[in-house]
Amino acid sequence: MAYKNFILVCGGTGCESSRADDIYKELIASAEALGVKDDVQIVKTGCFGFCEKGPIVKVLPSESFYVEVKPEDAREIIAEQVVKGREVARLLYKDDRQKDRIKVEDIQFYQKQFRIVLRNCGVINPENIDEYIARDGYAALEKVLSSMKPDDVIEQLKISGLRGRGGAGFPTWRKWMFSKGVQADQKYVVCNADEGDPGAYMDRSTIEGDPHSVIEAMTICGYTVGSTKGFVYIRAEYPLAIERLKIALKQAREYGLLGDNILGTGFSFDIEIRLGAGAFVCGEETALLQSLEGNRGMPIPRPPFPAVKGLWGKPTIINNVETWANIPVIITKGAEWFAKIGTETSKGTKVFALTGKVNNSGLVEVPMGTTLREIIFDIGGGIKGGKKFKGAQTGGPSGGIITAEFLDTPIDYESLTSLGSMMGSGGLIVMDEDDCMVDVSRFYMEFCVDESCGKCSPCRIGTNQMHALLVKITKGQGTLDDLDKLEKIGLAMKKAALCGLGQTAPNPTLASIKRFRDEYVEHIVDRKCRAGKCKDLVVYSIDKSKCIGCGLCARKCPVNCITGDKTQKFTIDASKCIKCGECFKACKFSAVVKK
Amino acid sequence: MAKMTLEQLRKLREEKKGDMQKRDVEGKSIQIIVGMGTCGIAAGAKQSFDEIVKAIDENKLSGDVIIRQTGCMGLCHVEPTVEVVMPGMPATIYGRVDAATARDIVVKHVVGKTLVENHIYDRPAVDIVKK
Ligand SMILES: Cc1cc2nc3c(=O)[nH]c(=O)nc-3n(C[C@H](O)[C@H](O)[C@H](O)COP(=O)(O)O)c2cc1C
Ligand code: FES
Repeated sequence: MAYKNFILVCGGTGCESSRADDIYKELIASAEALGVKDDVQIVKTGCFGFCEKGPIVKVLPSESFYVEVKPEDAREIIAEQVVKGREVARLLYKDDRQKDRIKVEDIQFYQKQFRIVLRNCGVINPENIDEYIARDGYAALEKVLSSMKPDDVIEQLKISGLRGRGGAGFPTWRKWMFSKGVQADQKYVVCNADEGDPGAYMDRSTIEGDPHSVIEAMTICGYTVGSTKGFVYIRAEYPLAIERLKIALKQAREYGLLGDNILGTGFSFDIEIRLGAGAFVCGEETALLQSLEGNRGMPIPRPPFPAVKGLWGKPTIINNVETWANIPVIITKGAEWFAKIGTETSKGTKVFALTGKVNNSGLVEVPMGTTLREIIFDIGGGIKGGKKFKGAQTGGPSGGIITAEFLDTPIDYESLTSLGSMMGSGGLIVMDEDDCMVDVSRFYMEFCVDESCGKCSPCRIGTNQMHALLVKITKGQGTLDDLDKLEKIGLAMKKAALCGLGQTAPNPTLASIKRFRDEYVEHIVDRKCRAGKCKDLVVYSIDKSKCIGCGLCARKCPVNCITGDKTQKFTIDASKCIKCGECFKACKFSAVVKK
Repeated sequence: MAKMTLEQLRKLREEKKGDMQKRDVEGKSIQIIVGMGTCGIAAGAKQSFDEIVKAIDENKLSGDVIIRQTGCMGLCHVEPTVEVVMPGMPATIYGRVDAATARDIVVKHVVGKTLVENHIYDRPAVDIVKK
């Protein structure tokens, strides 16, 4: 016996709350009633990333995708699809997305995600070059070497509208053109795989899942700008990515796709791996090149830009992993195809590492112009535990928080900047009502204090001073004056710091003060942390009317500051309490109060 | 393989494309693909992989099944992930595949041709290469 059809009912939290379970039961009952229960298997699945149109039901093998299904529809689905083999047209998903956002007419799809960079991740074996080749791998290199002049490649990049995915969004074609225009005996091509901001792992996953896409793109760049030598600068903390990259380089050389006389065309190019020790500042391009040369990783003032004068004083193209991974697709599918995706100023897709208080954390790739709401509430399946969304941090320690009122803003380089954040490399950390905004700012500033290279005083001293002020506020010792000071120092750093690290380090704090000033004031004036994160402002006590005297809290307390018995009930000695919160978590009767 | 020319690369691609489309690698018609990115491995993909190998052996299926690895599919919240592609069944992605579920996948899906409840996930995006 084998099933002819499979019905998948979404059992994700979004759909579950809109009666997916009833639909599931109705489907089973209908299959039984109509005598086809041996022809169809009905199962529940995880979130489809389309919660807005839930509940979702998908039928296989016909791939029918039904949205906003009601329990009353179950019988019709069984009667039509399973019994008669016809789709239920009125329930099918109709692509009603804004036409200016995704215009890839030749591809029908219902998902919010669109994978260009991650096209091969999770599909091919990254350690087998044949699988990459089978999926149009090295077809771009083949096309470039056999039928395109360097200027044609630059023209294609220009039409595509590709901009750097490492943060700043600089047009890739322009960078390449600068480098190509310079006469030099040697030029270099560098892949920035340093990826240091907390919460980001897009570049690591791309190299782990599809290393050849980066190799192919760098080789194309070598041909275009006239370079024979490339480096991948990758942090040593990424052992699996490094291992797969090594295997990929070896296989590419064996196939004659790297090395001397590539594919018999007379063009030569090779790539070496250089390991970074994991300093955030080494992701900044000038510091990275210093580190590559064997010097201490410290930035140097620009201009001259690396494209003109970079590694060992030679013209050097440095691009981010994700930028590279886009390029073979632009060449094979055509720049016009690519330029159809995205917004007016930002073309293509962006990969985000979606983490924090969201149900479906993971790597997501969406067309530019997708809204945060779609990413967090559809693909991400909403906030964990049904809590309230507070904000999302983009751009990590260089970006800022985006609040609920901007959830429907289409995301691109410009819109994020105008919201006081930035695209950054693509970390996207979701925060809920339990996150304290002052504490989050303190966390990012602490990161910058640790990672500042110390070369310029605005950054070295500024980060320390801002951090001290933030700590003071989280301890309940701040004054309203401190808020002004934070803003003043922050603005000075933005103007005076040498590199992007110092110039952007104040961003998280400044954005957070702007959006959540009331929370800062609450810490300062009322000595209160509404999220309960700032330990010095939290007091634990026991509500005797709720305490049943079980003593569980006292047994959990690591410093023995809870005493009492069954009749007297229990009390916490606030002077000894270290505010670990164990008692609060342990109490089954909500008798421990946190204020 | 020796170094190739442009022409040889073109030929190799056509040949490998055929292989991928046949979905029939090395004469084996069933593929089990395990997500082995850092996220998958951290969540226990190696244990699941081993369990699949064991279950395949016990069910005397090694002649029909090829087990492959791949990178991160993006479903990090439900790692480890495993995809099964075989004739007569829709290509299926399973998530939260611990050793017990890995065994279920072999016994119920591969042998029994039924889907394993509560572990199915949708591929998150269309394949732009195929179209
Ligand atoms: C403090 C700091 C850290 C950075 N870290 C990275 C990084 O980890 N990866 C990256 O690609 N770019 C990083 N950048 C951006 C690079 O300086 C540079 O703009 C980028 O590599 C250029 O490539 P793209 O044009 O492809 O984006 C960082 C910049 C700064 C200021
Ligand atoms: S919960 Fe069903 S699509 Fe998200």
